[in-house]
Amino acid sequence: MKGAFKSLSIAMAKGYVRDKTTLFFAFVFPLMFLVIFGLLFRDVGSEKIKLGAFGDGQVITVLEQTGIVDVQHFDTLDAGVAKVRDGDLPGLVEATGDKVVLRFAASDQSQAGTVQGLVSGVTQQLNVQASGQPPKYDFSAQQVEDTSLKPIQYLTPGILSWGIAITAVFGAALIMVSWRRKQVLRRLRLSPVGAGTVLGSRLAVTISVAVLQAVIFIAVAMLPVFGLTLSGTWWLAIPVFLMGVLAFFSIGMLVGAFAKTEEAATGMANIVVMPMAFLSGTFFPIDLAPKWLQAVSKVFPLRHMNDGITDFLVRGKGAEALLLPCGVLLGFTVVISVIAAKVFRWEDS
Amino acid sequence: MTSAAIVVEDIHKSYGDLHAVDGVSFTVGHGEFFGILGPNGAGKTTALEIVEGLREPDRGSVRLLDENPFPRNVSLLPRIGVQLQASAFFEKLTAREQLETFASLYGIGAARAREMLDLVGLTDKADTREDKLSGGQRQRLSIACALVHDPDVVFLDEPTAALDPQARRNLWDVLRAIQARGKTIVYTTHYLDEAEILCDRVAIMDRGRILALDTPAALVRGLDAPARITLDRGALTTADAAALPGADEVSEDDQALTFVTRTPAPLLTALAERGVLDGLQVRTATLEDVFLQLTGREYRA
Ligand SMILES: Nc1ncnc2c1ncn2[C@@H]1O[C@H](COP(=O)(O)OP(=O)(O)OP(=O)(O)O)[C@@H](O)[C@H]1O
Ligand SMILES: [Mg+2]
Repeated sequence: MKGAFKSLSIAMAKGYVRDKTTLFFAFVFPLMFLVIFGLLFRDVGSEKIKLGAFGDGQVITVLEQTGIVDVQHFDTLDAGVAKVRDGDLPGLVEATGDKVVLRFAASDQSQAGTVQGLVSGVTQQLNVQASGQPPKYDFSAQQVEDTSLKPIQYLTPGILSWGIAITAVFGAALIMVSWRRKQVLRRLRLSPVGAGTVLGSRLAVTISVAVLQAVIFIAVAMLPVFGLTLSGTWWLAIPVFLMGVLAFFSIGMLVGAFAKTEEAATGMANIVVMPMAFLSGTFFPIDLAPKWLQAVSKVFPLRHMNDGITDFLVRGKGAEALLLPCGVLLGFTVVISVIAAKVFRWEDS
Repeated sequence: MTSAAIVVEDIHKSYGDLHAVDGVSFTVGHGEFFGILGPNGAGKTTALEIVEGLREPDRGSVRLLDENPFPRNVSLLPRIGVQLQASAFFEKLTAREQLETFASLYGIGAARAREMLDLVGLTDKADTREDKLSGGQRQRLSIACALVHDPDVVFLDEPTAALDPQARRNLWDVLRAIQARGKTIVYTTHYLDEAEILCDRVAIMDRGRILALDTPAALVRGLDAPARITLDRGALTTADAAALPGADEVSEDDQALTFVTRTPAPLLTALAERGVLDGLQVRTATLEDVFLQLTGREYRA
């Protein structure tokens, strides 16, 4: 029944494209998260320390030249002190003539420490220069490239996996429920096509949508504003991606078999996807979570999809790293599909 | 091929305490136009769906084209066409796309879809989305979808509900044409007059049982109900009227003089001879009377 498969796929694709809501959730919604988080975390780690200043002493000029502090000048001492007291600034440097006074708020210990170290360091440096002696100890700083990822590098696989999970779960679940309620399933049951053809064509549509989503999503993430860079083995992420689509499609089928109404299906799908999204590193790296939570998150397919895609898309791991995520996702798909097939209903009794 | 397209023997179906179908048997011959009549909740849809193989009867047996329709019998499916009572369409597709999709499920090309649109008078609505069609247009599309693969047995569940008189008559023509090509039609309706016109035989159903099953003419004849002849009031006095041959009963109200007669011919002749035919109406018994007699209730379509 090749003709039936093709025309059912086309019918479903048309239904999909003509539905503004599903289009929004598939293409715009995940992108919104990428844009928001991408811009929000773009400057993480490169934030400057703020410091108030009163007077025109040399210390203040040097502090400004370091480029790591954002110096804010005040006309009166009281105005500056008030800002510190309110917690708007971690400290205020008063530098008039030879006198350098730092006033700091004790509420934020680490900020206060940073500010004190900074100001005293600059002051000592100036003292050494003023003495005309060469410094006895030579100090220089060098940056070491760290292995942790820039935010966009983990946000992209995370939000992408999540977006795909939503599309696959909701797409499969809602179509099942709506077709059952509108008697389309009964009508199909009366035609000579098999349930496999019906499911297969739906899966074909879901995979096509997911591929399109991924292409658009990654293209946007690679824009200079966000700055995603792909690793050399990015294409190894494709099998993980496809296995992920299968796993979430089967979850959607299961939800669709149980839910009686579209509302119930939406609710159930949310209950399944939301906790996964939070605990699988969609919005923050899972390495930041407590150890036990990291262990718990390993039961979620989204975690493995996310990890797998991150490994290839941005970390550049080799093919041997395919085994774990693909194996887990495939196992998940098989188990859930068998259950979904068992509880499948053509109509509400 | 045996003589019957459908053989139903003593089927039962209960939902909890409710006997939706309570011992129904009937046989439909090849090429026959068979009607199932009955009020809401009579069990028509349930019985029809058991025959189509959509539901399993609690008890009893069904043979459809010499096969068992339940469980899902894929070899039988291309030979039957079903219009469900609630129309079933793919989301957001136009009338033409619906038909093309259904046609392809049976391996039939798109040309047939155009033919079907024409058949049910929806050619000008070909590119209208299904959810933008009127109730009657949806109904016609749903019938077209049931016929698209040219099935041997057609099941239609209230196909003329929601149709305007013109569309209803057009559909009668379509159904007659299908029957003329040797197809078997089983359909349910609330319209007694329609069943009388279309059906070779009708089953009258109420509360899960078949109360009577025969040709419409035989059912009416079996009633042995008198004819009613009415004239404008004042055409004759009641005394004169009662004296006429064949006037079994005479009554008069504000508008009309009514005769009840078992021998309408001599009475009509006598009236004609006297030249008093103003406002003449002759009403013989209909399925409505049959229903009234069988159930003791007035028919509410
Ligand atoms: N799935 C179901 N679950 C429970 N009761 C049902 C179900 N389907 C039908 N019934 C009941 O069975 C009885 C017969 O229903 P059915 O749909 O066969 O009637 P019908 O003759 O087709 O009526 P209508 O003219 O309104 O279409 C009704 O009382 C109905 O409430
Ligand atoms: Mg019904």
